Amino acid sequence: MSLRIVVTVKYVPDATGDRHFAEDLTVDRDDVDGLLSELDEYAVEQALQIADEADDAEITVLTVGPEDAKDALRKALSMGADKAIHVEDDDLHGTDAIGTSLVLAKAIEKAGYDLVISGMASTDGTMGVLPALVAERLGVPQVTLLSEVSVADGVVKGRRDGDSASEQLEASLPAVVSVTDQSGEARYPSFKGIMAAKKKPVQSWDLEDLEIEADEVGLGGSWTAVDSATERPARTAGTIVKDEGEGGKQLAEFLVGQKFI
Amino acid sequence: MAEVLVYVDHVDGAVRKPTLELLTLARRIGDPVAVALGAGAANTAATLAEHGAAKVLTDEAAEYADYLVVPKVDALQAAVEAVSPAAVLVPSSAEAKEIAARLALRIGSGVITDAVDVEAGDEGPVATQSVFAASYSTKTRVSKGTPVITVKPNSAPVEAAPAAGTVEALSVTFSAQATGTKVTGRTPRESTGRPELTEAAIVVSGGRGVNGSENFAIIEALADSLGAAVGASRAAVDAGWYPHTNQVGQTGKSVSPQLYIANGISGAIQHRAGMQTSKTIVAVNKDAEAPIFDLVDYGVVGDLFEIVPQLTEEIKTRKG
Repeated sequence: MSLRIVVTVKYVPDATGDRHFAEDLTVDRDDVDGLLSELDEYAVEQALQIADEADDAEITVLTVGPEDAKDALRKALSMGADKAIHVEDDDLHGTDAIGTSLVLAKAIEKAGYDLVISGMASTDGTMGVLPALVAERLGVPQVTLLSEVSVADGVVKGRRDGDSASEQLEASLPAVVSVTDQSGEARYPSFKGIMAAKKKPVQSWDLEDLEIEADEVGLGGSWTAVDSATERPARTAGTIVKDEGEGGKQLAEFLVGQKFI
Repeated sequence: MAEVLVYVDHVDGAVRKPTLELLTLARRIGDPVAVALGAGAANTAATLAEHGAAKVLTDEAAEYADYLVVPKVDALQAAVEAVSPAAVLVPSSAEAKEIAARLALRIGSGVITDAVDVEAGDEGPVATQSVFAASYSTKTRVSKGTPVITVKPNSAPVEAAPAAGTVEALSVTFSAQATGTKVTGRTPRESTGRPELTEAAIVVSGGRGVNGSENFAIIEALADSLGAAVGASRAAVDAGWYPHTNQVGQTGKSVSPQLYIANGISGAIQHRAGMQTSKTIVAVNKDAEAPIFDLVDYGVVGDLFEIVPQLTEEIKTRKG
């Protein structure tokens, strides 16, 4: 029986660009280039490796986002995913994590799945809560923050490295998995992969397709509200000295002045 | 005054520092009621009482250790139902964030993660967040339900504020999902004797300029002279010079200490994302053009192999 893997990915503003907020205090996506969130590349990579080990597997990449978010899907398809789903709707603008988890869960259910794989967090919001929220919505086990993952005989196993201990985890499919950047280097798309990606199907769904009401998502449907966003004042220029043999001692003086010693 | 639930992060009864910081913040909003789960939960009561917990709800069921995350969500949900708090505060550890998010969804409430400050507001608690590699500061509220807010370490001082700390057993009924993810093995992390990276008041980090795993000894020596945690840049970790658990940055850990000392780290945006909220930043780098110098309060341009040992010696001498 075929193993249906859905990989959730996010299109994020490039961290090396000048990221800022729009007037409605949502992230301004017009002024900065976007790309597939780096941490999601690890999720795509693990999906490809799990699919390789399975008799028969199909990988669907799923994203929720504006038109440009298709770029993130193309990247995942060029790495080797089989097909893609793009959930796009004007009413999604400004949706928070809880709302996004609703959209993802509905789309994952509609697509059909045995295994959901996500990155540990997005590189823009960095909340790291969506895999847990999606598992809660779907009512299936969460096997998250894995540095190592494998699937066999309908069971997912993995290693989760926490602050105080490293844990071995195990759950029956269907399940939601998230992987860290320690799970394994993500492959670069080959030229062949990039060409093949252009022919792979990208399906578009809107809120109506997912039977979600507009007031359940978007800025209005969010359960959190951003009241203000203030650009942090540039740091006042610090003292910079060139070491002439006493650099360590001078630094110690500074630390004494700041009461760290 | 309204009650505020505080989720207790502890290891066998030893309360971790970020939880004590939460109690300081919780007192600004109401009367702290702590929830401690798992083996040793009741042993946390004295410490929690000393820092302001009016009540400590405990449950030591084996489920919390045997299964991932969900049993703790069940317990917090039971606590919310028992107490009807004005807010729930949770430390921003990876696991606690997952617990907070699932709890919020279940009780129909919004969730805010990684707050660096929490204060009382007219429409409920207001959280400050630091976003886009700390280039922006936002004020955010939960607009629906009981605010669930996770707070980053070092966001508030630990203050003694003796309170009753009455221990009460929390009655928890586990959900069908609670046993979904089994923990089949657990290897405690070997203690280095140094503070945990994300909680440390001082972090000393090394990067590409450290040039080899054996050279990290001088970074560790400086850290030990200050009672600091050791961090590493991605370049140093990818080169295999230091463990990934110590990586500071976008794909590593985010730290916000009182003092951050970057040694041989150029300051790529990915690294800055993980340390830019540090209160005081110091750098040692031989490249005067390194972007890290744009962030520093104090920087020394020069050879870290000369400067760092000299600094360590000087600190030891002064500390006598």
